[in-house]
Amino acid sequence: MAQTTATPARVDRDTGLAMYRTMQECRLLETRAQELFFEGLVRGTTHLGIGQEAVAAGFAAAMRADDYTFCTYRGHNHTLARGVPMAPVLAELFGRATGLLGGKGGSMHLTSVEHSVMGSYAIVGAHLPIALGAAWSAQYRKSGQVAVCFFGDGTTNIGAFHEALNMAVVWKAPVVFVCENNQYMEYTPIGAVTAVARPAADRASAYGLDDIVVDGNDVEAVYDVATTAIARARAGDGPSLIEALTYRHGGHSRADPGTYRPDDEVAAWKARDPIPAFRARLEASGVEAGALDAIDEATRAKVAEAEAEARAAPEPGADVLETQVWADGGSAWRN
Amino acid sequence: MAELTYRAAIAAGIAQEMDRDPTVVLIGEDVGAAGGVFKLTEGLFDRFGPDRVRDTPISEQAIVGAAMGAAMTGLRPVAELMFSDFFAVTWDMVVNQIAKARYMTDGQMSLPLVLRTANGAGLRFGAQHSQSIENWVMAIPGLKVVAPSNPGDMKGMLAAAIRDPDPVIVCEHKALFAEKGEVPDGEHVVPLGQATVVRVGADVTIVALAAMVPRALAAADRLDAEHGIDAEVIDLRTLIPLDAQAILRSVAKTSRLFTVEENPRVGGWGAEIVSLVADEGFYSLDAPMVRITTPHIPLPSAAALEDLAVPSVERIVATVKRRLDDAR
Repeated sequence: MAQTTATPARVDRDTGLAMYRTMQECRLLETRAQELFFEGLVRGTTHLGIGQEAVAAGFAAAMRADDYTFCTYRGHNHTLARGVPMAPVLAELFGRATGLLGGKGGSMHLTSVEHSVMGSYAIVGAHLPIALGAAWSAQYRKSGQVAVCFFGDGTTNIGAFHEALNMAVVWKAPVVFVCENNQYMEYTPIGAVTAVARPAADRASAYGLDDIVVDGNDVEAVYDVATTAIARARAGDGPSLIEALTYRHGGHSRADPGTYRPDDEVAAWKARDPIPAFRARLEASGVEAGALDAIDEATRAKVAEAEAEARAAPEPGADVLETQVWADGGSAWRN
Repeated sequence: MAELTYRAAIAAGIAQEMDRDPTVVLIGEDVGAAGGVFKLTEGLFDRFGPDRVRDTPISEQAIVGAAMGAAMTGLRPVAELMFSDFFAVTWDMVVNQIAKARYMTDGQMSLPLVLRTANGAGLRFGAQHSQSIENWVMAIPGLKVVAPSNPGDMKGMLAAAIRDPDPVIVCEHKALFAEKGEVPDGEHVVPLGQATVVRVGADVTIVALAAMVPRALAAADRLDAEHGIDAEVIDLRTLIPLDAQAILRSVAKTSRLFTVEENPRVGGWGAEIVSLVADEGFYSLDAPMVRITTPHIPLPSAAALEDLAVPSVERIVATVKRRLDDAR
């Protein structure tokens, strides 16, 4: 797997190992979730980010513990990357009582306020204004927090994207907008439905922002732009818009085999898989293979443990069906 | 007691809460330096400054979305939608995001926010600036909905809405902005979810909301004076949570129920009340329940047509009189 030609990693050893671990945790959990979907254990739908882990890992490594994450229905990676445990995530996908959301949200809505993961949003574009609001709140409270908002290339064509960018710039809100350009808007190539070649970067100038494009499969490059943009936001210099070029190895959702994509395109991107590429760099910088193998092994064990825990968990009962509509814990709409 | 207009009561309610809680902030189009297109927020910008009273672009999704993001991270935002019709522009934020966030996260998130909006007919603005949207929001689990009918309730219920830990939609009726009424001095808070009997009567119950309350009261006076019919009038004030017991208590006494609704016919709040009374108060009834509503049409702009569309004092009097005659 290791390529002798790899450029040595630039980040320090601890950061490098942390980002490698995060990417592997995302990859192995999602890979297992997909298998369990076909076993019928994961219900509903799932949108996997296999191939896109470097964006989540690079940003998570650059964020402060109390910085906010806002992500999409393709949000498993971003949720795990902030340190949310695997077992409740998997249990939520199984529809179990011990799920992260008690079985009320599902794969598309993973949230862990405790970890500053302020939600996975499944209506395209909605969370850009919401992330802006969290950033405005941080600015008003002078908390120094930054909101990081991840979304897909397809989002750049919906109104909320433009409303949020404009208002964020006007308000100098501490928010970083991160477009994960995985080349496809659901089943359609993004270029076929977008007026400009670079769906996010080419819109940046309309809001007075720099056009920032990063190789989203290069976790160190992502870490670098994340560090710069987050520092800028924290310093009170306003928002950034970043376009990270990446690719999903699978289809849009569990029902989609992704056959509309040319084989050579898929093969070319899979050859640029962010995880083996970064492993090679770490090795080239002197990290021993054994340390990386140990992370792989430990991650496999964590996934197995989480799966066993989620499998053993009960389904939610009628007692919780009508709870948590209101802050009093109930759902009464009349007396 | 001070006499205030409904319009001034809105600013007074917001100011009262901004004074006592530094996490209360106000955003919306023209709400700051301009004081609001209806002058509903006049003076707040000068008093509380641009950090707490923020003008926004014409971006309803960003306004409502930003309020949501701020509410989940420690603020109590009050966002203004200039006209309630504009809820349609930001419907995803209201229905899919704000209303569902707490349930979908199993209680991880609280959203103490208020969406205020100028609602209802009377200014001849036509179909896209005159609607009554309380039924739209009432139908969505997770939203509280209030529609005050007088200055005292306006100030007190707006204060209660701002203090409430859940999202509250406050419908401010355009036709009432200039109406004057008594507002108690000092801190004034009117709890949500409590209807009030604004006229005690024995023969029929008339349930009304917002601008239909003064019309129902005027109709009740005429029914009494001209026909000897003694009507009890209930100001519903809050749609969610609904004070069902107040309605059931009144119907148990009068045995006859009329609702007066400004909204188009289908799916109006009165239908929910009629359904509820049919289920739980049926044996109290002496006659069919009757809903007096706007026809199921968009609102026209011409004064003559708008007046024909929205329930009038004359229509309320005539309907109640006719239905009682029918029953005799």
